[in-house]
Amino acid sequence: MMKKMLFVIAVLGACSLASLRAEDTNASAMTAAAATNAPAADTGPKPDPAGTATGMSVDAQSPAGAFVTTAPADLSDQDKKDPAKVKAYNDAKKAFDDYTAQAKLEPLAVKLSDSVGHNRVAINFMWTLVTGFLVMFMQAGFALVETGLCRAKNASHTMSMNFMIYPMGMLGFYLCGFAFMFGGMADPASPNNGGIATMGGYAGLNHELGFHIGSKFFGLLGAKGFLLQGAGYDTAAFALFLFQMVFMDTTATIPTGATAERWKFSAFMIYGCFIGTIMYPIFGNWVWGCGWLANLGANFPGLGHGHVDFAGSSVVHMQGGVIALIFAWLIGPRYGKYDEKGKLVHPIIPHNVPMVMLGTFILAFGWFGFNPGSSLAGTDLRIAVVAVNTMLASATGALAATLWMWWVRTKKPDPSMMCNGMLAGLVAITCPCAFVSAGGASILGAIAGILVVESVFFFDKIGIDDCVGAISVHGVNGAWGCLSLGLFADGTYGDGWNAVPGTVRGLFYGGGMGQFWAELIGVTTCFVTLAGLSLVVYYIGEKLVGNRVSHDVEIEGLDVPEMGVPGYAGVVMDKQSETPMIKGEPYATKRSQTAISA
Amino acid sequence: MKKIEAIVKPFKLEEVKDALGSIGISGMTVTECKGFGRQKGHTEIYRGSEYTVDFLPKLKIEMVVPDEQAEGAVEAIVKAAKTGKIGDGKVFLTNVEEAIRIRTEEKGEKAV
Repeated sequence: MMKKMLFVIAVLGACSLASLRAEDTNASAMTAAAATNAPAADTGPKPDPAGTATGMSVDAQSPAGAFVTTAPADLSDQDKKDPAKVKAYNDAKKAFDDYTAQAKLEPLAVKLSDSVGHNRVAINFMWTLVTGFLVMFMQAGFALVETGLCRAKNASHTMSMNFMIYPMGMLGFYLCGFAFMFGGMADPASPNNGGIATMGGYAGLNHELGFHIGSKFFGLLGAKGFLLQGAGYDTAAFALFLFQMVFMDTTATIPTGATAERWKFSAFMIYGCFIGTIMYPIFGNWVWGCGWLANLGANFPGLGHGHVDFAGSSVVHMQGGVIALIFAWLIGPRYGKYDEKGKLVHPIIPHNVPMVMLGTFILAFGWFGFNPGSSLAGTDLRIAVVAVNTMLASATGALAATLWMWWVRTKKPDPSMMCNGMLAGLVAITCPCAFVSAGGASILGAIAGILVVESVFFFDKIGIDDCVGAISVHGVNGAWGCLSLGLFADGTYGDGWNAVPGTVRGLFYGGGMGQFWAELIGVTTCFVTLAGLSLVVYYIGEKLVGNRVSHDVEIEGLDVPEMGVPGYAGVVMDKQSETPMIKGEPYATKRSQTAISA
Repeated sequence: MKKIEAIVKPFKLEEVKDALGSIGISGMTVTECKGFGRQKGHTEIYRGSEYTVDFLPKLKIEMVVPDEQAEGAVEAIVKAAKTGKIGDGKVFLTNVEEAIRIRTEEKGEKAV
């Protein structure tokens, strides 16, 4: 096993070295090409690693338009026949000429507007980085929630998984994940190719792999910015990398909760190699990297703005939830929870509820980075609406889940479900947070709170053992969050989103079904793609090291056999931290073996 | 010499200790323990599934006393630990053959 692990690490290392050299060679080839005046391989915009050239007077423009510093694009022969377009062109040309004349008279004003532009962009940089730091701290929230909900004998192991996914995911994203996801966000073939619009409009990441059907482009995977070299070595790209990396790590850490207390650490590390490199970036590219789902609306007029996901109900949460579902299903339930017929006989109770609640608060705090930060712009004042919607949905989610447990499902207001309810509300509001009213946010959060309870009961009943409710919180409510945008979007925001003119409007606000269908296509695609990828990655882990720890290790607790150190040395554990013994064949082992051989 | 083992509710420890101190009992050993009696615990519910809480937390107080103090000590414990509700606990009294103080190697009642 050691050899296998070393092999994996060696492969990763070799890949990084090879890419590093490839980028170096490209760079020197480019310099040589420029020196001989031959056509350069890369004619795209030049990156700005120093950050001094990012943010000029053109960036001083607010969405309302204060400065006219660029000439309008020349009209094609076709357009010249359209009087409206000719008039628009003439107006824009006159405004530009006026500006140019004025700029000659007042050169100081031009310098000032350059400075204002730089500052506007700097505010967006600051906002993106600081909210990214908040999201990074959500890793601590996940670690606390997941470990608190498990038994004390598995604390060291569950914490370690949550800890190691951070570096593993990050390095994978650095290696190639970022390039796969965002390498084509400014590809001219895509209708939606604004580049990193809020951070100076950097358009260097402009190579998207895909195919055409007629004139319609379907982007599948980005291909620029590997190892943040070449076109990736730009301040805007780095800021985007940081922000998107912590999002990817949120996805990455979700399945560790569903499969806790029985997942072999080596198999988890193999999963860790795939999540940041391949599993996350593919669907991520389709939605956020200007791939085919983002362009759905531009390509097909009946589908609203295409698959809109403001902060990642589908890209981040549902992806993690689907991986959690497939892994928890294949690995089988923890021994002792179900009897040999698959009936739930022994619920496994959390060992540290204060830890769970502290973790939930940390997550709710981090969400103020997650959702408002996804504007990537501190100058977009909609962030106030986003932040308030986020907190409202978390409140209604927590309240609805608590009351539903207390009055409808059982006789007590289960603390673990309070936390799941708050997180469900947060996951659901993540996609529509910028597009809905406060009322809409409250209602869809409350629905999420009830949905999460019913979903947890459902998965418990069918024998998919999810230790922390990750499938219900992130998977089910991720899907609900996206669909709710198609219903609740109130048409006050999102003009030009995904290169589709007009604001984002859902069914309840007279927008028709178009946006809902687009969201449904996105959600379905997310499920199918991630289920497939998860099956492959699970199978690879199964072949190389096996995913499940042995029965004896599971009974003893994973801390000492797997990690070498208990989570709580010197603490005496009671009956509740033990594995309940059942009569007959363990359901768990039977289930996972059938699943694997099938 | 008699050994007294009293299993009491944890929050009654202070009162029992004070009552024993007031009749001149100079030492005791307290152990945190769990157990159940005729009630056999009760059921609770977590995420919609019932589980039994059969072992409830208790404290076991042990002390060895001279014969003539035994009755008074038992009386003091019972009086101090009683709430009148289910789960107040039990007191056991047994004979002790010998006691030795390790430091001085004294034996018998002098050692307790």
